[in-house]
Amino acid sequence: MIEERAGDGYDSTSMPEIPTPVSAVEEAPSPSEWRDDDICLTVSNLCLYYGDNEALADISMRVARQRVTALIGPSGCGKSTLLRCFNRMNDLIDDVRITGEIELNGMEIHSTSVDIAQLRRRVGMVFQRPNPFPKSIYENVAYGLRLQGRLPKSEVDDRVEWALKNAALWEEVSDRLNESALDMSGGQQQRLVIARAIAVQPDVLLLDEPASALDPISTLKIEELIHQLKQDYTILIVTHNMQQAARVSDYTGFLYLGKLVEYDTTNIIFTNPTEKQTEDYITGRYG
Amino acid sequence: MATSDAVSQDLSLQRQSLLGWWRSGDPWIWLTSAAVAASVAAVLGLISLLAINGLAHFWPSQVMSIEYERFGAKTHIFGELSERESIGRRQFMEANPSYDKPVPATVERWLIKTGNRQANPPDFRWLFAHDVIASSVPQDVVVIERTEWGDAFGLLVGIKQKGEIVESEDLWEEFQARIERTASIREEIDALQEGSINGINYELESIRLEKRRRQLDDIHEFSDLEAKEERLRADYAVIERQVFDLTTQLERDTASLALADGRITDIPISTVIQAWMPNSMSVWRKLGLYCKNLWNFLTDDPREANTEGGVYPALFGTVLMVLLMSALVTPFGVIAALYLREYAKQGPFVQLIRIAVNNLAGVPSIVYGVFGLGFFVYAIGGSIDDLFFPEAKPAPTFGTPGLIWASLTLALLTVPVVIVSTEEGLTRIPRAVREGSLALGATKAETIFKVVLPMASPSILTGMILAVARAAGEVAPLMLVGVVKLAPTLPIDGNFPYLHLERKFMHLGFHIYDVGFQSPNVDAARPLVFATALLLVLIIIVLNLTAITLRNRLEARFRVSIN
Repeated sequence: MIEERAGDGYDSTSMPEIPTPVSAVEEAPSPSEWRDDDICLTVSNLCLYYGDNEALADISMRVARQRVTALIGPSGCGKSTLLRCFNRMNDLIDDVRITGEIELNGMEIHSTSVDIAQLRRRVGMVFQRPNPFPKSIYENVAYGLRLQGRLPKSEVDDRVEWALKNAALWEEVSDRLNESALDMSGGQQQRLVIARAIAVQPDVLLLDEPASALDPISTLKIEELIHQLKQDYTILIVTHNMQQAARVSDYTGFLYLGKLVEYDTTNIIFTNPTEKQTEDYITGRYG
Repeated sequence: MATSDAVSQDLSLQRQSLLGWWRSGDPWIWLTSAAVAASVAAVLGLISLLAINGLAHFWPSQVMSIEYERFGAKTHIFGELSERESIGRRQFMEANPSYDKPVPATVERWLIKTGNRQANPPDFRWLFAHDVIASSVPQDVVVIERTEWGDAFGLLVGIKQKGEIVESEDLWEEFQARIERTASIREEIDALQEGSINGINYELESIRLEKRRRQLDDIHEFSDLEAKEERLRADYAVIERQVFDLTTQLERDTASLALADGRITDIPISTVIQAWMPNSMSVWRKLGLYCKNLWNFLTDDPREANTEGGVYPALFGTVLMVLLMSALVTPFGVIAALYLREYAKQGPFVQLIRIAVNNLAGVPSIVYGVFGLGFFVYAIGGSIDDLFFPEAKPAPTFGTPGLIWASLTLALLTVPVVIVSTEEGLTRIPRAVREGSLALGATKAETIFKVVLPMASPSILTGMILAVARAAGEVAPLMLVGVVKLAPTLPIDGNFPYLHLERKFMHLGFHIYDVGFQSPNVDAARPLVFATALLLVLIIIVLNLTAITLRNRLEARFRVSIN
């Protein structure tokens, strides 16, 4: 099974009040009003089994382009597993069986003609814990670029600078690009990993609880970063922290026991959920 | 009443505290620290034993003049005291039943190195202290180190040039000057022999082989080869003439040495390596000579069936063999470990293979030697000869024990440790880092080469360190697959292809065995055994320290992120 740690960041499990969404939710149209070219990812009837265990049950959803979509739910509900379906990271696990379809810009990602490495370049991923390579800051960001073949040094330099600026890290590291990435703080490492992911200019960014191992200030920086990145990327974020989901996302899906219970604009999910289970979860009655 | 209660309470407390001491684990701490102390003491003891016995050999010790009487006969000798010990009267009487003098309760006996093997062998003899009539330390005794017959001790009484006595004010200076002259002539001869003559011989041999190859291919056109051969032979004749002239010059001088018993013996200066007067040397001069002797030990070829001279070829062979072995075993072991850990589907079968690999490390090394001889030397080497060197037959080229087969055999012997430690390194790399690479669009192979292997490199080096430590100390399998008592040439020389993998080589481990247990002159060889053993241990330490330093650097660079 995918490890799903309950890293709740700074706020604890109890949720006394329903947080107020602060993002530009007003602008986010309801999924039913989307036009075809608003849609980046389409999931249809996705089921996933670990051996005989059904981890995802018949999930169908669409993800809007250049929006932030949050996946929430209690530990073990399958939200990370779902996230890892989008770049086929689940393929690395033995005994996993997947049925159903995921389309990225109209292309079925499970089709045999898809090059997985190419797919993962277009669907970047940031993990729960910062996982920089034991290389210099520069080499970490350049890693993905170098995989695409030989590039002139000046171009790599430019792309590294661009990625670090977009990850709001350039100011802090521009004078020590050749130092080891392992000497950075946890929050910096996580932004470095984001820079590494966007350096290859993907279409989609998958964030798997990106702030759960960080302190509040680093978390805030990551959230600000997500706001900025939304302009260029379609972002999917898994989070345990409902305030965070409310703060950063336009759409929210609530998963429970491998099922997508409810999926709507963040505003509706947090203020007027249709399902009783959703309401119980976001008001902290279980989870 | 109250007092006795207090006492009994105290007693029970005490008993408990003894039990408590036992339970607290303190005895365990003492036991563990004692074990560590014992191991450290054992290692230090071993090294100091080797160092004391081995390094003392190079010190120019004083030469005594001793007169002793036994069975009524008086003998006068010069000699170095190399050992002394006491034995009881009973033991003495059992060993010497016909001894004719009163014997003290404990007999002190001395082992004296008398040298002068050409005049009065043997060059080591035991004396009993109570037999000695007179002993002194004459200032002008000369020790001459020679290329044959061992050392000579005596008094320098004259120098002859072509049989005629040379008049000289300072005989010693004259002697030294003539030693230097022969040394430079000898160097010239060696240079000709090792440079030109070896080169010509090598080329002549390749011409012979080329001829044979053409014959095998049914080509009968040899004129170019013959022309070349003729030219080489002409060159050879010239150089041979030069060597002959030099040799004649070399044999010009002799030194006359008076032995302790008054006999005069003539020593050709061509055989003299160096001479010194230990009894009149200052400590600093002795120290200088000591360093020179030590250096010669490391850089000279062995002489006199390995009991004299240096160990350079063995030192060279050991290091080269270990380096070759490392170069072979590391990629082999790493690739095998990569497959086992990264590609093979983990299950009972892979587990079985892993157990088998681990058990390979426990197979006695002589078994590997037999395998190496049968498989590498005869099967593979024989086939290589059939395919590529038919012209040299029936003399084998690769189908005979040699450097490459010894390295391969030891690589096979040590590959399990490399596999095991590489695998350990691979499992320690966090999945998050691999996933990070894969999520950026790297293939599995790219991830392995760019992230996994660099991060596992400290463990790979650990494996190499263990492999080197084991291989450098092995002797048994080497005796079957390539090590010899005396190799005529080093495996690296100036003739193409410079590194001759098929040649036999010398090895310090085997040298220890050979000098210590196969040599005709055990007393002379013993200090060399210690010195060689010390050298072997030091080499292993140096090789290991190099690898450990490298590993620590890599570890600092690729340390796994903790947060």
